[in-house]
This record gives sequence, structure tokens and C-alpha cells, in this order.
Amino acid sequence: MTAWTDISGIKQRIAASSAEEVTASYLETIEKSRINGFTTVWDKALEVARGIDKDGNSGLLAGVPIAIKENISTTGLSTTCSSKILQGYVPPYDAHVIEKLKAAGAVILGKTNMDEFAMGTSTESSCYGPTLNPWDTGRVPGGSSGGSAAVVAAGEVPLSLGSDTGGSVRCPAAFCGVVGLKPTYGAVSRYGLISYANSLEQIGPMATTVTDIAILMDVIGGYDHRDSTSINRKNTYSDALKDDVKSLKIGVPEEYLGEGIDEAVEKAVWDAIGKYEDMGASWKKVSMPHTKYALASYYIIAMSEASSNLARFDGTRYGLRVEGDNWHIMASKTRAQGFGEEVKRRILLGTYALSAGYHDKYYLKALKVRTLVKQDFDRALSDVDVLMAPTMPTPAFKIGEKIDDPLSLYLTDVNTVPINLAGVPSISVPCGFADGMPVGLQIIGKPFDENTILRAAYSFEQNTDHHTKRPAEVA
Amino acid sequence: MVYDNPDGVRIGLEVHVQLNKLNTKLFCGCSTEYHDDEPNTHVCPVCLGLPGSLPVINEKAVEFAMKIGLALNCEIVGQTQFHRKNYYYPDLPKGFQTTQYDYPIASRGKVVIEGEDGERVIGVTRAHMEEDPGKLQHIGSIEKSKGTFINYNRSGMTLIEIVSDPDMRSPKEARRYLDKLRSILDYLDVFNGDLEGAMRVDANVSVFGGDRVEVKNISSFKGAERALLYEIMRQKNHIRRGGKIVLETRHFDEARGVTISMRTKEEEHDYRYFPEPDLVPMRVADKVPDILKTLPELPDAKRERFNIQYGIADMHARALTIQIKVANFYEEVAAEVDPKDAAVWVADILKGELNYRDTDVDAFKVSDIIEIISLVKQEKITEQSGVQIIRTILDEGGKPQDIVVSQGLLKVEDDIVAKAVEEAITESPEAVTDYLAGKEKSLNFIVGKVMQKTKGRADAREAREKVLARINK
Repeated sequence: MTAWTDISGIKQRIAASSAEEVTASYLETIEKSRINGFTTVWDKALEVARGIDKDGNSGLLAGVPIAIKENISTTGLSTTCSSKILQGYVPPYDAHVIEKLKAAGAVILGKTNMDEFAMGTSTESSCYGPTLNPWDTGRVPGGSSGGSAAVVAAGEVPLSLGSDTGGSVRCPAAFCGVVGLKPTYGAVSRYGLISYANSLEQIGPMATTVTDIAILMDVIGGYDHRDSTSINRKNTYSDALKDDVKSLKIGVPEEYLGEGIDEAVEKAVWDAIGKYEDMGASWKKVSMPHTKYALASYYIIAMSEASSNLARFDGTRYGLRVEGDNWHIMASKTRAQGFGEEVKRRILLGTYALSAGYHDKYYLKALKVRTLVKQDFDRALSDVDVLMAPTMPTPAFKIGEKIDDPLSLYLTDVNTVPINLAGVPSISVPCGFADGMPVGLQIIGKPFDENTILRAAYSFEQNTDHHTKRPAEVA
Repeated sequence: MVYDNPDGVRIGLEVHVQLNKLNTKLFCGCSTEYHDDEPNTHVCPVCLGLPGSLPVINEKAVEFAMKIGLALNCEIVGQTQFHRKNYYYPDLPKGFQTTQYDYPIASRGKVVIEGEDGERVIGVTRAHMEEDPGKLQHIGSIEKSKGTFINYNRSGMTLIEIVSDPDMRSPKEARRYLDKLRSILDYLDVFNGDLEGAMRVDANVSVFGGDRVEVKNISSFKGAERALLYEIMRQKNHIRRGGKIVLETRHFDEARGVTISMRTKEEEHDYRYFPEPDLVPMRVADKVPDILKTLPELPDAKRERFNIQYGIADMHARALTIQIKVANFYEEVAAEVDPKDAAVWVADILKGELNYRDTDVDAFKVSDIIEIISLVKQEKITEQSGVQIIRTILDEGGKPQDIVVSQGLLKVEDDIVAKAVEEAITESPEAVTDYLAGKEKSLNFIVGKVMQKTKGRADAREAREKVLARINK
């Protein structure tokens, strides 16, 4: 019995038995999994847990199991971005967040499935096959960190790390009914995170409670000299865990509740806002006029950066190599066979957007729009403390429903990508159900003001029971 | 005399300078001292471009770049900005080169050279920072190679690319510009120009106002001069035969001394430059005053000071200030002996002997040259013997005093010379008669005899005067 236990519950169980026993029980659960959330289970997990039992560890996560997304580098543990092109690549170094987790005593159970190179919203484009949503195995878990969300929802692990470039933590958190945070750009070091779109992405924690999210942030957050974009700013995230929203001012951007929003999703979100009102917060509608351009701007910037970031995968140094008569043929064949459809599409579009003659028309214009979107947030958040909106416009869709229609998939990111363009923090918390599937409430804050959104999310959790609901299959 | 540039030659140079005196690479902590080490031993996730690694700017490298910019009289940018230059090549581990694009660290400077017709100002368009790629090593010749090794030790080394305006009018001026650049960089102590690949040159050249041709793969200054001479001749001949010069990139084949077409403009890469998202701009404008304070006296200023302070000929001042270590050497010598003598001995004699042996001033002791000059000044040895001592020290080693003794170089006493003069005249009556009859050359015969008798230790001029005095008595 491992399901839905939080950090404090696990610490009690370790005290009563051992880290090894706790790890073993989770490994057993993973063994029986039907959702294809893990790509690799780490064969050293038990050894690490035994080490913690033997040597003791006073870290915040001593003996607590965690799962890591396939795009975060782990020494000696395959890190492939769920792509054929990185088959066989085992990093010789740990990402900054992995060093932090290990120092805090966390036990890494393995790596989790994702959309290839984090390019997707459904975890269907993985070379390991799709991950299934534990609430309904006919549906997607969201993406791109679908594996990380699904394994937490299924009780296969209490905590996980994902990465969020345009919603990749918040979307699967919403679809799987767990909590997921996209920190402020620069709050968590990206060193070791395999880049998709550097200027947009952050590593983010996923868990069943807001408390666990805050504790995980206390472990992984903070300055790292190896990431020039990381900010030197001290913060204790768990200080935010107070049940108090009495003077909280909430803004509800009308553009986030526009066309295409599922009625039941909208209702769940308004119910949540009503609940906040009951709890003493106030709310008002705000306008973010450039939201309608955000999606186009996001995709141009992300694809442009991706076209350059993914150039290094050429079969020369690591991963897949398809031999050819000369280097250029080898590199071309490797890339032709190694990358999936969606990745190729984004590389092509990104290359196009950066090309001479188109650069100003697309890339430069997208950067200008990005500034306008950011100004929308500055303006709106100068008046209110947080913004609230649906994380996703619909509940999880069916596997196969959208995979052949990339544009309809891109459109589902409409409420999450503006946050990445602006670099602000945002958390998704469970706030009800639509069509039997979980709905996520997105709470967006000012840059580096994670503590206010954590406090808002924590208070909601203390006064509702959405987060205690679990998929039927999970005991 | 004004140089009228009959062929309308315009040359612009792009010089890549590897800042190998930095302790670490441009974006990671790897050591830069790889030149004698095994391949791929000075690498890390960052300079290997492993997935997930991120660059961090080396602040010292920025400082070095600013020093160079300021020494070239450039304007310094307000804050650094790096771009990605996207292209595929196996020596480029990230599939792009991190470089600077529209905001180079330094721009709009100038360098003064000795041109075809006196001093000439060469504009410096820009100087920007970028990372060096790795190095390919083919098994056997490039055509027949069965395979290629990649050595990433060089990957991520700091390069400064210095781009000149097309202000040079001849290969000779180009060579002078390169020499001057090297001189300034030596003064700044930012690189060791003797290490392999420390300075690499690409040249842009046009004639008669036509399109320019870029010549790549030039590996030495002498090579630059040769490549340009060939390319100018080729362009002139092509035009003479009715051809048209088109924008293209050519490759210099050092062995054959010719340039070969690589690609025309239509085949040029589209590098898809965009700002490097992993590096944040670094404010540098505020640092300019402090860096200016650290700039040493540069070659032109030093040359002027030498002129004034030591009263030496401009030709000597120039020769003495090309290399900072020669200048320092000279100043130590000039502090002890007459600066004018010191200039002759260091700039003309010693430098000549050093060049002949392909070595530099490190091979000679300041105290030795001071001793030699003093011996000559005190007329204990002849100038000729002084040169001989320098040669002996360079070829065999030893101390001046010991060489004077072992080679018997002490100038002989007057009476020995007088005796030799007396004997020489007595033994050469015909020569005396001939000389008195107006055959001036006969005197040389008698002086030669004196030198023979004194085994060359007599001063030849003195001996001549003494012979003359004796005959005319």
C-alpha cells in the first residue's frame, strides 16, 4: 500500500520500518503499473535507500522516493528525452536539481515518460509509447511531463520532477489531478535539463499536496553559478504554508475564459473562485489584451530555440548513430531516423522562422509580442496579488484524438504559454471534475512571489477536499 | 613620395586571436593548457556540448577582450551580448558557435602602421568574442583519409576576432598591420603567439573597385603576404583576360602558393543568428576606466618616449619597441651604458644575431651585453671582438670576460701595433712606393699586414692611421 502518501506520511512509515522497505513497496507498485509512466527504474534505488538507513540523513527528503522526467540529466541513469536519437545516452553528470535531491536524501526511483523532447501536450509522441491517464486509461495524462504526473496520481511515487516550457508541468498536473508548479524563470537552475526552449523553461515539482511542492522547492530552488539565468535570491517556500487568504486580491483574466473552454471546466473554476470569496478573498475581472497573440509568439520562439538546441544531436558523440559514407550523410541519416514527426516539424518551422529574410517577420516579431504579453502581466499584477484561470481549457482528451492534428494540440496550450512568455510563477491545483476527469485551477503570481501563490493554493487545499480524490484503480 | 596604388588594391583582414593566456576556457572551467596533452583530456559537459550543459561567461576573458579593444582605440559596448551562429560541422559540438553578432565587445578602432608612403591609419571595424571549435585530425591525408579523430581540447577556447576596414593597399601593408597587431597583443600579455593556432588570418581582397574575394586557411603572416600577392595577381590576370571577379570564398593552398575557389556567394551559409538565451548580458561599460588604468604603455607611445628620453634614431626606437621584451631589455641596458650605444648594440647587432639564429632576446643576458658594450667603450676590445663575443655566447655559451681571455681578444698595446707598423712598412717597400705614387689601394695591403701581425687584435682604423702617419712622416 503506497498510494497517495505525502512526505510526512512517508517519513512516519520510514520511522516505523525503514527507507529500504518504503522504497521496496513503491518498486513493487511500479512493477504492477499499467500506465507506462516510468521509462527506466533505477537499479540502485534500493541500495541508496539502504545507505540512508545505515548512515542516516537529516535531509528534508531523507528516504523519500521521487521520479525524474526523462530530460533531466542523471549520472549513470539513461536520459533520453523519450527520443530514439538519445538511445544509449547515459549522462556523465548530474543536473543541479539532482545533486540537491541526492544531498537532501531523496531516493530516485527512476525516469518518467514524456513527449519527445518535451514537445507535446499528451505524452503520445514518446518513443516508449504513450503514458495512460490513471483516471481513465483511454485518455492522455497531458504533457509533456505526462509520466511524472501520472505516476504521482497512480501512487507509484509521492513526488516527481517535470519541466515546463509552455505548460508541461501544469497541464499534466491538471489532467491527472495532482499539484504542479512552474517556478519563476531563474528560480531553479536549468543546469542538466536538456534544452527544448531555453528562454521559456523551468524545472518544476509535482506532488499530491501543496505542502510537498513547497518542501521540494526548498530542496531544488536557489542560485547555481552554472546557470547564468539563475537568480541569487534566498527564499523559504515552506514559510508560505499558511491558511490565510483574507486580504488576497484575485484577478480573473477574461481572455482565459473565452472561446473553447469546456463548460464543466469553467464551472469548476468559478466554484473555486467562489470558495476563495467564502474564505475572505476578493476577486475582479482583469483584461490581458495580448493573450490572443501569445500562442503564436510562444510557438515561434520555442521552435526557433529548439531548432538550434537540437542541432547537437548528430550521431557524432553520443546516442543513436546511423552510419553513412561521410559525416554529413551520417548526421542526416541519424537525424532522419532518430527524431520523431513532431520534433522534425518544430525543427523545420524553427529553422524557417530564423532564416534570412524571415527572421524579422517571425522571430523578431514574436519577441516583440512577448514583451507585450509580459506587460499585460505587469499591469494586471500591479492591481491584484494573483491571477486565477483554468489550467487547461478542457479535461484530458482521448488517446489518439488529437495526435494527428498538431494545430488542435497547440491550441490546448492557450492558457499556459503566456505564463512562460512572461516568466512568472504559476501553480495548478485540483479544483473538481469535468466528465469524470480532474480539473486544474491555475494560480499565477508575480515574479519570484511563489510564496503568495503557494499560500493561496495551500489555503484552498485546507478548505476543500479535491486533492484527496484518487483514481479508482488506486487503492 | 605618395603611393598611388596602381591596381586599386583594397585589403581587409580578419584575425582570430586565441587568448591562450587565460587560465580557463570561455564558458567553462576547463584548463587552457592542453597544447602538450593527450586529445580530449581538457573537456567537460559544457565544452563537449553535452545535453543539458550551460555556458557561463569567463569574466577574465571579457576583461582581456576589453583590454584588446581599448588598445586598438575602440569603443566598448555597454553590455555584452552573445549570439548563436548555427551550422553543422563535426568539430562544433553544439551545432552552433557562440559568438557576438550585432553588439561586438569593441568597435570602431584604429591601428597605425608604417605604410607604403609613411604612417597609415588602418581602421578596426570590430573586435568580437567567440568560442574556438574542436580540431579534426585526419588519418593520413585529407583526400585519402580512412577516418577522422576529433580533439575537443581546443573546443571553447576564447577567440577574439579582430576585423579591419579594407584600408590596406598592398600585401606589404597587410603584413605590417599583422606585425603591429601581434606587437600590441604581446604588450597586453593576453596570449602566447608562439603556440599553434594562436593567430589565424582570413583576408578580403579586391582590385580596381571590384567585388571582394575572401581567402581562408592562411596559417602565418608570411603566408598572408604570399596568399595576397597571388590573389591580387590572379584577379588582375582574370580581369585582363576579360573576366569578372565575383564575391567568393577561396582557400589558400600553402604548399602550392595558390588560392582555390571554395564557394560563391550563392552557396554562402545562412547562419540564422539569434541571441544566446543561456547567457545574460553583462554590463561592462562601467569597467572601462579601471581597465584603461591597467593598460601598459603601448608600442607607439613607447617608441615616442624612446626617441625623446634616450635621444636615439627613430629607426632604432621602432626596432626596439616591436617586441615588449626587447624594449624592456633595451631599457635595462640603457640604464647602465650610453643609450645611443645601447641602441646600436641591441637593435642592430644583437637583434641581427638573434634573428639569424631564430631565437629571441630571452637567449641573452642583459649583464653580458652591458659588459661587452663597456669593454668596447673602454677600448679594451674592438667592436669586431664585441660581435665575436656575442656570437660565441649564443653558439657556445660562456661569460664575456672568459671569452676575452680564452680567445685573446684584449686590444693589444700601442707599442705592439707600432712595432707591427714598422715591420709591415719595412717588409713592403713596393707598396709604399705605389701608395706614394697615388695608388690608394696599396695602403690596404700594408694595413692587412699589420692586422696579420697583431692577429686581428689591433683596431683596423687605428692601424690605418698609424701606417699613414708613418709613411707621411
